[in-house]
Amino acid sequence: MTSKIKPAKGAPYARIMGVGGYRPVNVVPNEEILKYIDSSDEWIRSRSGIATRHWAGPEETVAAMSVEAAGKAIADAGITPEQIGGVIVSTVSHFKQTPAVATEIAHRIGAGKPAAFDISAGCAGFGYGLTLAKGMITDGSAEYVLVIGVERLSDLTDLEDRATAFLFGDGAGAVVVGPAQEPAIGPTVWGSEGDKSETIKQTLSWDVYRRTPVPGGNGPADQLALDEIRYPAITQEGQAVFRWAVFEMAKVAQEALDVAGVSPEDLDVFIPHQANMRIIDSMVKTLKLPESVTVARDVETTGNTSAASIPLAMERLLATGQAKSGDTALVIGFGAGLVYAATVVTLP
Amino acid sequence: MAATQEEIVAGLAEIVNEIAGIPVEDVQLDKSFTDDLDVDSLSMVEVVVAAEERFDVKIPDDDVKNLKTVGDATKYILEHQG
Repeated sequence: MTSKIKPAKGAPYARIMGVGGYRPVNVVPNEEILKYIDSSDEWIRSRSGIATRHWAGPEETVAAMSVEAAGKAIADAGITPEQIGGVIVSTVSHFKQTPAVATEIAHRIGAGKPAAFDISAGCAGFGYGLTLAKGMITDGSAEYVLVIGVERLSDLTDLEDRATAFLFGDGAGAVVVGPAQEPAIGPTVWGSEGDKSETIKQTLSWDVYRRTPVPGGNGPADQLALDEIRYPAITQEGQAVFRWAVFEMAKVAQEALDVAGVSPEDLDVFIPHQANMRIIDSMVKTLKLPESVTVARDVETTGNTSAASIPLAMERLLATGQAKSGDTALVIGFGAGLVYAATVVTLP
Repeated sequence: MAATQEEIVAGLAEIVNEIAGIPVEDVQLDKSFTDDLDVDSLSMVEVVVAAEERFDVKIPDDDVKNLKTVGDATKYILEHQG
């Protein structure tokens, strides 16, 4: 027989209650990158707006950076770790698939036994995690959910590729999402365009190493000569990505405003994924955002940290007083997949 | 009605002026976008998107790299405009 299933009672709405970030100690200026590529500080700045990025040291693992960011977010939210009922970690640069790093992070922050899992949605990962967290809270699966975006992209950077060597950085950003009486996270406009998956990608799959003989060993011959195999790195088709990011993502950003019922004039803050300053500038122009809107430009000093970039930029805007609690912000992430996610939120 | 070569060059000149700040009179058929007009690879995408709207033409990413000069772009638009 079909039994009647009792529904859980969730909160009416969800909101971001606190944010925290961790940037690795080692600050890497463009001069350091010039040891590896034939370029110039001026060229890098003009193409990307990036002056410095942070590279994680051996102790600054994906888990360690996440624990730091999560601790700050939990303190900012004014709750205790035991209250966390869900931990969602978005990353593409945690190189041990099993178990999910979210479980280690949950344990290390003292969160008890929350639901904990990793997601992979590239530079849109924060928005994907935020949307899941909102659903968990409003359907009664959890009261407080930790959403972490974390990357060690320096481990996936080809330092001899003059088009990308300077782009990527490392770091972790975290938010606590909790119950609210008023809407504070708008509907998410999200999606994927798998037909464009070749425009941003990892060059090689890890299993190539399993199929390739160890030098001096007796393993089976492989179709790939050893010297053709390099450590996997992120590569992208710059012009195609730029066109998609600026012009297609501006439409997605506009749609997120529309479905939230927020006009550009009502917007206080714009936090796009910190991919490249040129993309940010062109998006602002294409969206015709009023000058009153504060635009996150954390990429200048933090580089592109993929899933971590939006919470890191949010944390910095609030910490520096460029934005304040209660401000209305449009956040949009976009990247490898190609995937995207945009939503309007009230800042914690 | 399809644009003439003169109209396309004039239109591209306005677009390049808007995006790169280059005087419209400097935008001539033989000028290279990157070498002469201060249009780098990313600005070129903005020029292309603006040209697509203005001249009702689609310029796929794969074709953009072949448009080295104003003359290349003008010829492409002449042949592909709707």
